[in-house]
Amino acid sequence: MDGYLKEHPILEFKRGKKVKFFFENREIEGYEGLPVAAALHAAGIKVLSFSERYNRPRGFFCAVGKCSSCLMEVDGRSNVMVCVELLKSGMKVRRQKGKSQKQ
Amino acid sequence: MTNDKGQVLNFATSKLQTLDICVIGGGPAGLEAGIIARRLGAKVMIIDDNPVLGGQLIKQTHKFFGSKAHYCGVRGVDIAGILSKEIKDLGFDVLHNATVVGYYDDDIIGVLQHDKLLSVKARAYIFATGASENMLAFDNADLPGVYGAGAVQTMMNVYGVVPGKRAVVIGSGNIGLIVPYQLLQAGVEVAAIIEIMDKVGGYYVHAAKIKRAGVPIILKHTIIQAQGRDCVAAALISKVDGEYECLPGTEKTIECDMILIAIGLSPLCELLYQAGCRIDYIPELGGHMPLHNEDMMTTQKNIFVCGDLACIEEASTAILEGKIAGAKAHEVLYGETKQGKEIAQQAKRELSIIRSSPFEQRIVSGLSRLKPH
Repeated sequence: MDGYLKEHPILEFKRGKKVKFFFENREIEGYEGLPVAAALHAAGIKVLSFSERYNRPRGFFCAVGKCSSCLMEVDGRSNVMVCVELLKSGMKVRRQKGKSQKQ
Repeated sequence: MTNDKGQVLNFATSKLQTLDICVIGGGPAGLEAGIIARRLGAKVMIIDDNPVLGGQLIKQTHKFFGSKAHYCGVRGVDIAGILSKEIKDLGFDVLHNATVVGYYDDDIIGVLQHDKLLSVKARAYIFATGASENMLAFDNADLPGVYGAGAVQTMMNVYGVVPGKRAVVIGSGNIGLIVPYQLLQAGVEVAAIIEIMDKVGGYYVHAAKIKRAGVPIILKHTIIQAQGRDCVAAALISKVDGEYECLPGTEKTIECDMILIAIGLSPLCELLYQAGCRIDYIPELGGHMPLHNEDMMTTQKNIFVCGDLACIEEASTAILEGKIAGAKAHEVLYGETKQGKEIAQQAKRELSIIRSSPFEQRIVSGLSRLKPH
């Protein structure tokens, strides 16, 4: 939980309650209601998926649900834009490989 | 089309909602357009794909400048609050977390909201969909750590998470100058701002602020490679000649874990293609965009545009364009009113004052090429 801004000269961050979720079967804590990508980056996880052909690591790019660079598998669903998918307690998040096979 | 549970949605069975004016996009332009149209008496709905209204304003921590009428001295995030409150007080429909997915025959739009597909038919539409950040092609540009500058601004100022510790920023337009300043506010190091031109692109005030803070702006340079195995560890930059070609032997490595791309925006005009509006390529205004007249009317008489979709500019001009679009969309439906005419005329006057600045010459020359009718 080190990646969250604690002090800011102008902004005050209202965060939801602390919840546990899973990244690649590993338990992580994050704030409910923040995008999954924000919670992962706060935990130091930047690689969100691997490209279809060359297996290259990919991260987010636009952070506003437009570019599809951040597609991950969330609770068994593939192609979820985690920059706008909000974190819930117990969510299971996995790195997606290429187009993925899951529905 | 499927919803977020993977179920197939059937458009035909959803109930058709009818209204006067539908505004698509709840940023500064769309909110102002909706407010004006509603105040003039139209039945209005705003559709926005975010949980909160305000568009890009919600991440602007800097104070705006200009005149009092354009929220001078107010931070962008607070302007979002002022506009949202007015929307609430005027009491009209707002669809949050809703994405317009198509513009169909008979002027019906499809709207996806969570697990529902809604259909809406308005007598006039105001599109204020905004713009998306441009990408730059260079070696390893897909490495995690290469982010849109606006994307990092969202993560940092809306969610309170900074995705790195030391940044290199590519481009010195206003976004390329403001975001690094905000990174410093959040306690993040900024190694350098890289600009390919021989002068800074953005406003002098922003450039002066960032220079005072000790961040170098390296002119006549560009990025040629992102380095690192799984994530960005450094940026390789090179000097360019007068033709913007890299000069061999001038390469330099700058250690960083984030490379922020701030090289411009492109209008989001996909829905307007579907609606049959004429789109043209006008690089001065941001690329492919809907042609429109000074009433913000596109080549379709019932479709208006405002904000970055109509011209990549500032929030203050977006609000003025919103006023014109709101007033003129109302006029198309109900005929000219004294109040509506005054609002549009006043906004046009204020726009021409802002655009008379030498900084806006590029915009003015682009606008002169927007001759739809």
